[in-house]
Amino acid sequence: MKVVVCVKQVPDTKGGVKFNPDGTLDRAAMLAIMNPDDKAGLEAALKLKDKYGAEVTVLTMGLPKAADVLREAIAMGADKGVLVTDRVLGGADTWATSTTIAGALRNLEYDLIITGRQAIDGDTAQVGPQIAEHLGLPVISYAEELEVDEAAKKVTVKRQFDDRYMMLEASLPCLVTALSELGEPRYMTPGGIFDAVDAEITTWGRNDLKDVDDSNLGLAGSPTKIAKASDKVRKGAGEKVTPDSPEDAVKYIIGKLDEKHAI
Amino acid sequence: MNLEDYKGVFIYAQQVDNEISPIAYELLGKARELAEPLGTNVTAVLVGSGVKDLCGSLAEYGADRVIVVDDPELKDYRTEPYAHALASVINEYKPEIMLVGATAIGRDLGPTVSARVKTGLTADCTSLEIGDFPITPVPGKESKHNQLLMTRPAFGGNTIATIACPDNRPQMATVRPGVMQKIEPKKGAAAEIIEYNPGFTPNNRYVTIKEIVKAVSDTADIMDAKILVSGGRGVGSSENFALLDDLAAALGGTVSCSRAVVDAGWKPKDLQVGQTGKTVRPQIYFAIGISGAIQHVAGMEESDIIVAINKDEDAPIFDVADYGIVGDLNKIVPKLTEEIKAYKAAKAG
Repeated sequence: MKVVVCVKQVPDTKGGVKFNPDGTLDRAAMLAIMNPDDKAGLEAALKLKDKYGAEVTVLTMGLPKAADVLREAIAMGADKGVLVTDRVLGGADTWATSTTIAGALRNLEYDLIITGRQAIDGDTAQVGPQIAEHLGLPVISYAEELEVDEAAKKVTVKRQFDDRYMMLEASLPCLVTALSELGEPRYMTPGGIFDAVDAEITTWGRNDLKDVDDSNLGLAGSPTKIAKASDKVRKGAGEKVTPDSPEDAVKYIIGKLDEKHAI
Repeated sequence: MNLEDYKGVFIYAQQVDNEISPIAYELLGKARELAEPLGTNVTAVLVGSGVKDLCGSLAEYGADRVIVVDDPELKDYRTEPYAHALASVINEYKPEIMLVGATAIGRDLGPTVSARVKTGLTADCTSLEIGDFPITPVPGKESKHNQLLMTRPAFGGNTIATIACPDNRPQMATVRPGVMQKIEPKKGAAAEIIEYNPGFTPNNRYVTIKEIVKAVSDTADIMDAKILVSGGRGVGSSENFALLDDLAAALGGTVSCSRAVVDAGWKPKDLQVGQTGKTVRPQIYFAIGISGAIQHVAGMEESDIIVAINKDEDAPIFDVADYGIVGDLNKIVPKLTEEIKAYKAAKAG
């Protein structure tokens, strides 16, 4: 069984978000990590490796430094890493990104493709389903649990909805998008880290993408265009008081709500 | 693609178990606003099995026309037959704007459909308006009028971006539930009904539903509440939420919570406010023992009045609160409950 996991290198929001003077994100000042949902998807793939000896390939698209997340994945147990990087691919929206990744996946063999549900920088949850569309694959998004029947070439997925879940069965090959619930990522192993340093990362550029038209790539090939981007303007702080007693606090709250005719 | 061929504002009228989801009415409300400057009309696309009798309520909430795709294959939501239904409607009826709710269903359906009809999709929009692209004229660049300008938060709510889709149609967006306003329903309003069926032939992309398990919940939807009494990690325990239950009961409100509370197992996920929970905009939002992480604030900052009670005077919740009280919630909340009861009794008397 062959599994490809698509991962993205994203800025870590946990250490706080930093901005350039012009209001855009200062990505250089923030730590770069493997996107959490993608990492849960990688864990699910590594479990299939533990159980069935699946071959796990990790694929990413990004700047050359995105190779770091591929090495991290290999240190966790993945077999191979593929980096898709090229100047002409920059500035891609989800359409152009999914077109690019689908073009790279056409060069690989796979029974199962796993992507994270969404990346913490864009939060769109679009690239996974769009890759499936380009490749003509069934897609199951929001996967919480996943089980493969290798002989029957089927995957069964617990798919989360708002107030319910569905157990869904799809024929392989199939694309699944992972929720963080899909797996608590394992740590890198010392041996794995050793392997990762030496591992050869396959690097592909524009010309390595299969069956992809230039008009669908990069900034120029993106249907959506940014009209305006800014740091969020928040509602300003109102009043803050430190009352001497709980009674004063209550008097203050009721006074204000009464003033506003809110209760 | 001849952009002139695409006309009208369309919304995907989500139904689950043959019941229209609230987001459909919210989208209709917004669609009416957008249709006015464009001088066009509003169409709801209803997809399901045995759903024809739901058209009436869509008309009452603002649809001029309803396109119904009704087929036994569409009994429960599955990506493929639903994507085929909506993409076929788009290809046949050519809307200039297609709005879909950013629900679990819409965030699955939207990307698949947008890729199939080859257009852009802007996710989780919180504001939509008609305007020019570029917003301010750029010398040497064509200024396009009557474009859909789609505004969305990104990066966990830290930035906002306004997106346009100037060269492809439809201009497509998913819209966050709870943000747009539905209109006052017009009783007895009628819409033109069109039945359309593109044909459904199962292929490898059709998945099989083995089982559907619904979560049992008897709690009111926090998105509909006028008053929310919301608790965070500072409440301390599941048992201590009784203080908030009492206050909510006295106010005629509903209890909600932050993500930390759900993670601790004190409250179920459907009560969670924030980026990964629900977006709420009640008349009064009490943030009690909630520090105010940016992901939480993203889900409640549109509330009319925000009252925060927290013992940490540096808690970021005070940056968005209209009225912030630094103090011990265990002492303040029970007294507040008593005084609210007294206040209401006095007012009623």
